[in-house]
Amino acid sequence: MQDLTEPILELVRLAATDLPPDVEAALRASVEQEEPGSAARGALETIIKNVELSRANSTPICQDTGTPIFYVYYPEGWSTRKLRAQIEAAVVQATEKAYLRPNSVDSLSGKNSGDNLGGDYFPSIHFEEVEGETLTIDLMLKGGGCENVGAQYALPNNRLDAGRDLAGVRKVVLDAVHQAQGKGCAPGILGVAIGGDRGSSYYASKETLFRQIDDANPNPELDALEERLTGEANQMGIGPMGFGGVTTVLGTRITSLNRLPASYFVSVSYMCWAYRRRRMTWTTGAASYE
Amino acid sequence: MRDLQIPIDDDTIRSLKVGVPVALSGVMLTGRDTVHKWMVETFIKKIRQPQGDDLQVYQAIKPLLEGGVIYHCGPVVAGLDSGEYRFVAAGPTTSIREEPYQGDVMRHFNIKAVIGKGGMGTKTLAACQEVPGVYLHAVGGAASLIAQTVTRVLGVYKLDFGVPEAMWVIEVKDFPAVVTMDAHGASQHAVVEQQSKAVLEELLAKP
Repeated sequence: MQDLTEPILELVRLAATDLPPDVEAALRASVEQEEPGSAARGALETIIKNVELSRANSTPICQDTGTPIFYVYYPEGWSTRKLRAQIEAAVVQATEKAYLRPNSVDSLSGKNSGDNLGGDYFPSIHFEEVEGETLTIDLMLKGGGCENVGAQYALPNNRLDAGRDLAGVRKVVLDAVHQAQGKGCAPGILGVAIGGDRGSSYYASKETLFRQIDDANPNPELDALEERLTGEANQMGIGPMGFGGVTTVLGTRITSLNRLPASYFVSVSYMCWAYRRRRMTWTTGAASYE
Repeated sequence: MRDLQIPIDDDTIRSLKVGVPVALSGVMLTGRDTVHKWMVETFIKKIRQPQGDDLQVYQAIKPLLEGGVIYHCGPVVAGLDSGEYRFVAAGPTTSIREEPYQGDVMRHFNIKAVIGKGGMGTKTLAACQEVPGVYLHAVGGAASLIAQTVTRVLGVYKLDFGVPEAMWVIEVKDFPAVVTMDAHGASQHAVVEQQSKAVLEELLAKP
């Protein structure tokens, strides 16, 4: 089996230091929406400058390089045990090179491992076997500030008068945006999962964030809800960093999972503007990145 | 843009109003979750006995914080092997987690400015009026840009807390931030929270 440590290190570097083109384009478009001279516009201009500088210098866009979340889609014949070891080696090297901050803390002792490894869940690695010859690795770096403002609701929700339907989903998502204020580094991107159990629901809400920021949802009803939620979130006037303004959310992604008759979870993963996700594709012995 | 030299005197603090952009220069200290809990439990509420180098560190940081600035930041630092530290990425972390501690820490050390992101609550706002002090909002995620304003890393305390949680002593030049909570009881965060709440109520009433 080939050693992918080097190409995975490049994937980590790219994710940490170079914002994906669709996200950067959305941020640039939002600058024009804010009043000249406002704190909101100033924040967005600072964000754009920082994105350019990080790319030019190969330094982390945000110092919180988050939980590295890997999804590996591998053809038959690859060893997931060896791939895990290579991903871990790449993460250690990326930490040494200061592409990643040492972020893995023992919850009982408080000790930081120093190399971004620690237990079976850090980094977070998911494997799935696929047909064909191409190996694909998706990586997302999700920081703690935005992770902390994520929310899960069990419907019906009495406080919000939210029932078990898309109208109820809409209400709880709007509540989550209000609760988050600027604390998740707005403008954010909402990943929403309807259904599942508590665990699968949260995973699925993050997986929707691998979608491009402007692609349409294949389900027309969900597509309409995505658009409506983005528009209504932006009416709330929270704005970039919570300074006030019209850009609170850049986009909304919704997915649904089967659920138990007794459960109806809505999970909201909030992604900060530093929406760091990259893909590596490995075919015929060479890596390409998007 | 107001230029602020650290340490900052009371008259200057009182002259700062919500919405004013500032550029800070001088020496400041980073401190976040572990540091605030450690300060309060060991030196303010004294529910934990000082251990190891606690007392030496306390004596060392006291003059740095007197009239000074604490920055909620867990940086990416290069040169960890050589000890020739350099800030590579150093944006603010979410401040509200320090809300249980911040007011007491400001009063105890006479801290004049707290830098972070996302704003803080009523306890910290009350401390801003008493001390007096201000809350300064830096742009979250603007880590490479802010790191460029860190001209020197002068030292580090409590590195055993881990790189993000340690207290880094840094010299900054024109560090950019905006006043979002002032010494007169004004908070931009409270205003936005209330206004957005009103809009939320309207939206929830729609089918």
